[in-house]
Parts: sequence; structure tokens; C-alpha cells
Amino acid sequence: MSENAMGSTMVEEQFAGGDRARALARDFAAHRRKSGALPVAWLERTMRSVGLEVYTQSFSRKLPFPDETHERYMVSGTNVYGILRAPRAASTESLVLTVPCGSDSTNSQAVGLLLALAAHFRGQIYWAKDIIFLVTEHDLLGTEAWLEAYHDVNVTGMQSSPLQGRAGAIQAAVALELSSDMVTSLDVAVEGLNGQLPNLDLLNLFQTFCQKGGLLCTLQGKLQPQDWTSLDGPLQGLQMLLLMVLRQASGRPHGSHGLFLRYRVEALTLRGINSFRQYKYDLVAVGKALEGMFRKLNHLLERLHQSFFLYLLPALSRFVSIGLYMPAAGFLLLVLGLKALELWMQLHEAGVGLEPGGSPGPSVPLPPAQGVGLASLVAPLLISQAMGLALYVLPVLGQHVAAQHFPVAEAEAVVLTLLAIYAAGLALPHNTHRVVSTQAPDRGWMVLKLVALIYLALQLGCIVLTNFSLGFLLAATMVPTAALAKPHGSRTLYAVLLVLTSPAATLFGSLFLWRELQEAPLSLAEGWQLFLAALAQGVLEHHTYGALLFPLLSLGLYPCWLLFWNVLFWK
Amino acid sequence: MAAAMPLALFVLLLPGPGGWCLAEPQRDSLREELVITPLPSGDVAATFQFRTRWDSELQREGVSHYRLFPKALGQLIAKYSLRELHLSFTQGFWRTRYWGPPFLQAPSGAELWVWFQDTVTDVDKSWKELSNVLSGIFCASLNFIDSTNTVTPTASFKPLGLANDTDHYFLRYAVLPREVVCTENLTPWKKLLPCSSKAGLSVLLKADRLFHTSYHSQAVHIRPVCRNARCTSISWELRQTLSVVFDAFITGQGKKDWSLFRMFSRTLTEPCPLASESRVYVDITNYNQDNETLEVNPAPTTTYQDVILGTRKTYAVYDLLDTAMIHNSRNLNIQLKWKRPPENGYIHYQPAQDRLQPHLLEMLIQLPANSVTKVSIQFERALLKWTEYTPDPNHGFYVSPSVLSALVPSMVAAKPVDWEESPLFNSLFPVSDGSNYFVRLYTEPLLVNLPTPDFSMPYNVICLTCTVVAVCYGSFYNLLTRTFHIEEPRTGGLAKRLANFIRRIRGVPPL
Repeated sequence: MSENAMGSTMVEEQFAGGDRARALARDFAAHRRKSGALPVAWLERTMRSVGLEVYTQSFSRKLPFPDETHERYMVSGTNVYGILRAPRAASTESLVLTVPCGSDSTNSQAVGLLLALAAHFRGQIYWAKDIIFLVTEHDLLGTEAWLEAYHDVNVTGMQSSPLQGRAGAIQAAVALELSSDMVTSLDVAVEGLNGQLPNLDLLNLFQTFCQKGGLLCTLQGKLQPQDWTSLDGPLQGLQMLLLMVLRQASGRPHGSHGLFLRYRVEALTLRGINSFRQYKYDLVAVGKALEGMFRKLNHLLERLHQSFFLYLLPALSRFVSIGLYMPAAGFLLLVLGLKALELWMQLHEAGVGLEPGGSPGPSVPLPPAQGVGLASLVAPLLISQAMGLALYVLPVLGQHVAAQHFPVAEAEAVVLTLLAIYAAGLALPHNTHRVVSTQAPDRGWMVLKLVALIYLALQLGCIVLTNFSLGFLLAATMVPTAALAKPHGSRTLYAVLLVLTSPAATLFGSLFLWRELQEAPLSLAEGWQLFLAALAQGVLEHHTYGALLFPLLSLGLYPCWLLFWNVLFWK
Repeated sequence: MAAAMPLALFVLLLPGPGGWCLAEPQRDSLREELVITPLPSGDVAATFQFRTRWDSELQREGVSHYRLFPKALGQLIAKYSLRELHLSFTQGFWRTRYWGPPFLQAPSGAELWVWFQDTVTDVDKSWKELSNVLSGIFCASLNFIDSTNTVTPTASFKPLGLANDTDHYFLRYAVLPREVVCTENLTPWKKLLPCSSKAGLSVLLKADRLFHTSYHSQAVHIRPVCRNARCTSISWELRQTLSVVFDAFITGQGKKDWSLFRMFSRTLTEPCPLASESRVYVDITNYNQDNETLEVNPAPTTTYQDVILGTRKTYAVYDLLDTAMIHNSRNLNIQLKWKRPPENGYIHYQPAQDRLQPHLLEMLIQLPANSVTKVSIQFERALLKWTEYTPDPNHGFYVSPSVLSALVPSMVAAKPVDWEESPLFNSLFPVSDGSNYFVRLYTEPLLVNLPTPDFSMPYNVICLTCTVVAVCYGSFYNLLTRTFHIEEPRTGGLAKRLANFIRRIRGVPPL
């Protein structure tokens, strides 16, 4: 652990409220069943009785189109949170323990544990930071509403009442998901919105307390590889690394902690897993681990900043730092740069060769790209960008029109429009040439490819810097074919290759790889269903949480890919 | 010398009160009081006030003898020509929503505001020196007050004492939100009390209990007040206040009962012999209303009813002194009208200058009833110069709490109070009439994260560069400053020397 303030685990955990937590969880579940929604009044009463300052926040949000996976469209709910005020502190810093309650994940045991922990924490005098106990309704939507109101911003069009109680700058947050009285292991999720990761120290803190309490911890739902000397361990590590890369590349918040990361609040999600293993832990063990973590976080003098923010995890106790993995992406992008340089040289030579007489001597010819290229470039560039814009705007905008004229639901309409526009883009190059009149066809495609290569290299370079996994996945698939594409040779082979490495095909392939690594392989039909659901989720998450994957693909990479498609079918 | 010594001893051994009383009438007096208020949340607030009043004009008369008034502060008033001084140290935050309005508000950290006399020519210099001196007196980091955190508010801060004019040029205000208050600030504060912590209410001020609370705020207020009803001359008033809030949830296991011993681990034994008044007030308003089966033990000598902060309150009064010893009433009713505030929409904004002065935004707004008003300020985050970062830059930078001053209409009309007679907790802020009461609220300080460079890398770079520079510089310096001589190899030995000797004798240059 790099953070000095959290150096040792010399904390004596005293939490012993297992029975209380179970009783509260039962009460909560009963009230929830009775009211059918979050039992706000009961939560308020219980939080007040354990000595917290209690506030509620109501919010409502109309999703851009019905969410079929979570079965919601017009959402309104109430968040309940109680603040434990640290004695003798001016409410400038706080920690958050949050439990997202959704329709499908009840998390009643987590709420029980949260309340029992609150009662225990309230009796202690050593707190230097306020602690916010937050129960959100409609899982991530509630968290998003609360976070936006807390920071007084509105980025996703959420309507919510302003917060009455605040507790300064949030230093760290832990999200808890528990749905059983006993757990066999705790799974930790770190990947947040747009592939953001919490500081590595927070993960190390969790791991230290797991070790101290003898808890079984998993990452990506998998046990830690034990034996690193034989081939088996590194292979398992690779598997987990790939899983993490895929999850990070998806840019989804994997747990409600993912939304905190946007506000520079270090956060992670702990999930209690109850499987068929023999040895089980009760809520006291989990509570003790949480107590230890919070007491350590309470010691923090500065925000967590000492350790890595950019890393990949092949195991809970090992990480690959940015210095190691970045060169790989760098070399991949170098291919594009070299190819562009080669094209530039070729164009240059062609320019020299074309000049009549080829006057020898130092007369430098004009840069040929300017002479021929620009006029013929404008049309394909504009058209492919317009396709991207249509892909971004039309599905959500035209869902009602589509639903009226075709027998489909709105969510299906969005996905199908998306696919239709995407496929329509493939027909473009056959038509663009009617607009463009080219004198030198050979140089035309070279200039276009040159521009496309630089465009792709710039985009991938930016993505790799912000979300390495996504950038690397896209680079690994798109770069080889992009470098090879040319309107000569066996066009069908190139065309098949190019289609197979288009962003949508990459997404499709990633889904299969993902399920394969999780040891739950997909059939093709299931895969297709999952693919459609993923598309819908991607669009939804962009609109509800501000995930950037959808605009990135539709406005940036898809038009760029269309340019290569244009190159391939250049006449 | 030998004769003078016994005389001096004799003078020192004279019993204090009696000896001087005979010589001249006492010109200074001490009142002390403790108010214990059970708060709506179940916590208990205790507010100490010690008031030393001195009928002397410190600035005009060359005062050399101090009795009750602390000499350190008296000299300060004379030297820096102070008119008013308000200094508070606070740890924690008064939660108005849960605890109700406080008697004395203070922002978290240290707050200092001072009115200087209009004879002061260089206010900024005096302010700087004063904050440094106070820093020494109270063992606090007040010396960090400089132009970057000092403002001159024009509307919110009025003199609390006697004032003829309010030229805001002579006002300075500063807050240090990061200041941590601890025993080293309490001890000098206690030493200013005439009885120190030996007798009277101040025996309750035990540091280990006071710092085991949810909220701790200690303050010093110095101001001039009228000496008599006609206000012909002025007296100086020093108020030392201390408020603490005990967390009933932790100490009392959720029960509402409390005792002095449980809160302070001390009981009151004797009054301060120097005090002219020493009382304990206990707020029993809620006990009467709620019909709860709570009783105050022992039974109070008298009760006191008044309108405090807009509501009618009942206090049980315990007089620590014999009632006969209470000095003659002076019947002074201070009437201090503030200037009419300007019309609605007064906004005073003084933009910041980088590294010179902070932003100051003052607004006078009339709020509609039952409404929420939000004042938000946008700011940009910028990189600081690398020397300006604190040793813990990732902790963030504090923005001082904002101040809200208001005259709130009282729910119950208060009868005009006899100012000098009323308890101390009710008489710090001057009241213009019975229908309003004055409230000053502070918000929490704000912790803002500024963009922070990774200081570990520059550190490495500095280390590496220093090593490289040291190695290169050392060798270069050697090369440049040394003078080199070519040393003749001493070959030849005896034969050569002999030859040279002979050549020298002959007058021929040696080999």
C-alpha cells in the first residue's frame, strides 16, 4: 500500500451487530414487500433511531426509450441517506457507504448491514470525517440523481429535489451488494463509467482486510490463481486480465461505485456471493472488513493519490502498471503512422513522376496531396461523418416513427434503426463517386487513405489515453486491416476482413469472448440476442449516465471505418 | 535597597479586595455565567461567558495597573488603538437545523475581526502586527493572516459596542478555516480569566472533557460600552465565551439526562471570589411544556423568563454568590440604532487580485417567507505556482465559510430589557427593539481540490538533477579553478644535482 495514512491494518474491529443486521434486513424486506417500493418512512425512522441526521431526495427521470433489461421507462423514486456527523469536524470531508436497491436486486441484507454498521459507528468517537449512509432506489439511476444533486450539476437531464444535507467533499465511497445472510466470498468490482478505475490503494485496502479477516475475495467472480510457478497460474491470470479488459472497454459502470468515479471519488463495489462452497461467513465478518476499511479511510489526510490510477489486474494482488502496457498500444499505433508515411512518400514520388519532362535539379514539386486530394476528399469525408451523425441521432429521435410504421416496440425500433443505418453505410462507396469526379484515381484513394490513417491514429491515440482497454481492443482489430485496405487485389477478401473488424463486429466478438472467458459459452442465437441488448444498453447508458462508448463509436470510429470502406471500393 | 524590600513585600501581602477598596472604589468588575441548554436533538450545549468590565479609558489614561482586566489585552488596545476586537476559535460546526439557533455563532477554524480607532493611519500595518501579537498570545496560527485572506466587509459587520461612526475603512476581517483548536489555545484563554481555573465556573473547564465534545468554540470579544446611563464616558468590556456541545448519544446512551459531573468531570464548589456575579442558568422551557417527568436537582433558587432568539424561554437560575453581594444596579439601557440598511439589492463585490486579496461578495437580499435561496458562485480551477502548494496539496484548499447576518422578526415581542441586568448570554448583540433579534450564521468551510501536479515525479527529477549537477559541477569547478603545473620528473638524481650545482657556480642555466 502506498498511502502512508492507511499503512498498517492495526485496527481492532469491534463490530458485533450480526444479529441486529439480520433483524433489520428482515424488517426491511418485509416493509419493502408490503409497500412494493423502497420503504422510505421506515428507513428514515430507523436511521433516526440510530442517531443519524436523515434526509431524503426524490427524483424522476424519463428514459429516452423503454429499458427492456430492467423493465423501466418512467422512473421516479426516493433516495434516503443519513449522515453521521463527526464530532468536532466542520463537515468538510466525508465517506460514503451506499446500497443500491433496484427492482431486481433487493439487497435487503446489505441495507441491514448498513444500518447495523451505522448504529455501531455512531457510538464511536474517533471519526474525523462525516459518514454518509446512502440507500438509493432504482439502483444506478438513484445514485446518479444523488450524485448530481450533491455536486449541484445536471449532466443527464435528471429531475431531482435539491439535497438538504451535505457533508463536504467525498473522499471515498464503498457500494455494498448483499442478498443473503451468509456469504462464501466477496467479489470486488473496480471498473467504473468510461473505464475509470479507483486508486489502487483502495483495492489494496480491501484486500488487506480480506486477508486479515480470512475472507475469501474474488475478482471478476474468479478465485485468485494460487500457483504462479506452473503454467496454470499465469494462464488464469491472463484470463482475468482479459475479463478486466473487456469489462473496462465496455465503459459501463459495473456497480454503483462506477458513477462516483466521475466526481473524483475513489470507490468500489463489494458483492457478497453465496455459492455452494462449504465454508461460509456471516454478516459480522463482512461488517468487520467494512469497519476496518472505514476506520482506515477515516485516517486519510489527503485524497487517495499515492498509488496508481491506471492499471490492469491479472489477480487481486498483482497489477500491470501503465508503463508496461502502454508501449503495446504505442507500437500498434506506430503501424498506422508508418503506413501513412509510406503513402506520403509514394504520393510524393508519384507527383515527381507525373510532372512532364521531370526537370532534374532542386525544383521541389508542390505537395501533391494538396493539388489533387482535397477536392475529391471533401465528399467522402462529409458523407461518412453525416452517416455517423445519423447513427448517433436518428435511432432515438425516430423511435416513435419507427414504432408507428412497423410492428416493433420502441426499444427494438431503436436497435433496428441503429443496425439499418449502420448497414446502409456499407452501400455508400458505390454512390459517392457520382458526386466526385477524379482525374487521377490512383492518387485519389491514396490521399483518402492517408487522411483516414491519420484520423484513425489520432482517435485511437486519444482513446488509449483515457480508456486503455477500449483503445487497445479497437486498435488490435482495426489497425491491421486498416493498414492493408486498398482497391486492388482480392477485394472480396479485404471486404470480408474489413467487415469482420468493424466496430459492431468487434462488439459482437467481444461478447462471445466475454462469455467464453466466464465459462458460459454462447450459442449464435443467444449471442445475437445479447448483442441487441448490448446495443440498447449502450445507447441508454449514454443518455442516462453519460457513458461515452456510443458517441465515440458512432461519431468517431464508424465514420473513420467508412473511409477505409471507401478506399476499398474506390473506382 | 534594604529598606525598599520589606516595603514591597508588605504591599504584596496586603489582602487584595479589602486593601484596594479602601484606597479607591473598584473600577472593574467580573461577571461569570454558565448557560446549559438541552438541544432539540438530545445533545446538551453549555455556554460559558466571563465578562470583565473596566471603567477606564485605556487609550487616554496612561494605565499601568491592571487588576481584573488582563494586562496582555489591555496593552494591546492601547498600542494598536483598537476599538473592537472579536476573535474566535472553533472546532466543529454548529448544526442549526438540529441544535437550534446558537447564542454565539462562529465559523469553523479561527475568525478575527477588528475595528480600529479612526486615529490609526496605517490600518493594514496595525492589522498585520496585531494578528502576529494575538498569534503569540493564543498560541494560534493567526500569523498566517495576510492580505490574501483579509477583507473589509461593508455591510455584514457592524461594531457591536459603542460607535459614533462606522467607516468601514477601519474594519478588517479574516478567517482561517484550517486552524485546529486544541488545549494549547485553551490554556492561554483560561489564563486571561481573573480566577484562572482555580475557582468559580472556570473549574469546569477541564481540557480533556471540553475536547471530548461535538462542538467547541471559544472566543474573546473586546468592545467599548457606556459607563453610565447618560453615556458620558466609556468603559471597556472583555467577554470571554466558550460553547461546547456534548453528544448525549455517546455519553448518555441515548438518554436525555445529564449532570455537571458527567459532562465536565467536576462539580462547582465555590464561586470565584473576584466575581461580582456568578450564575448558572439551565434552560427548563421544554421541561415545563412537554410535561416530562424530568426534574432539576437541586431545585433552583429563582427562575428567569425572557424572550431569547424570538421564543419565550424559562431558565432555572443558580446564584453562586450570596445575593446580598450583588452590586448596585446601574440601570443602563443601551440604545444603539444601526444605520438604516440600504435598499434591497445592495451588492458589493470586490474582485480578487491574484495572491493579493480574496474575493469579497456582499449581498443584501430580502428573502420571501418559506423559500429556499441559493447563492452559487462559479469558479475555475487553475494551477498554482509550484511553491504555493501546501505540503499536503491533495487534501484540498479551504474556502472560508460565508456569513449570513439577519435581523429576524421575533415570534414573541420581547419587553425592553435592562441591558446591564440581563444575563450575559442575552446581551452580546445589541438589540434595536423588541420585535427583532439578531442572528449571524456561518456556513461550513468548503474544501476544494485544485489541479495538483504529481509531486513525486518532480521530486525524482530534482534528486537526479542534483546528483548530475553535483558530479558535473564538481569536476568542472575543479578543472576551471585549479592551476596546473608541469612537474619535472626528478630523474638523474645525485649526478644531475651535482651538475646543476656546478653550472650555477659557473653562471650557466641549469639542465
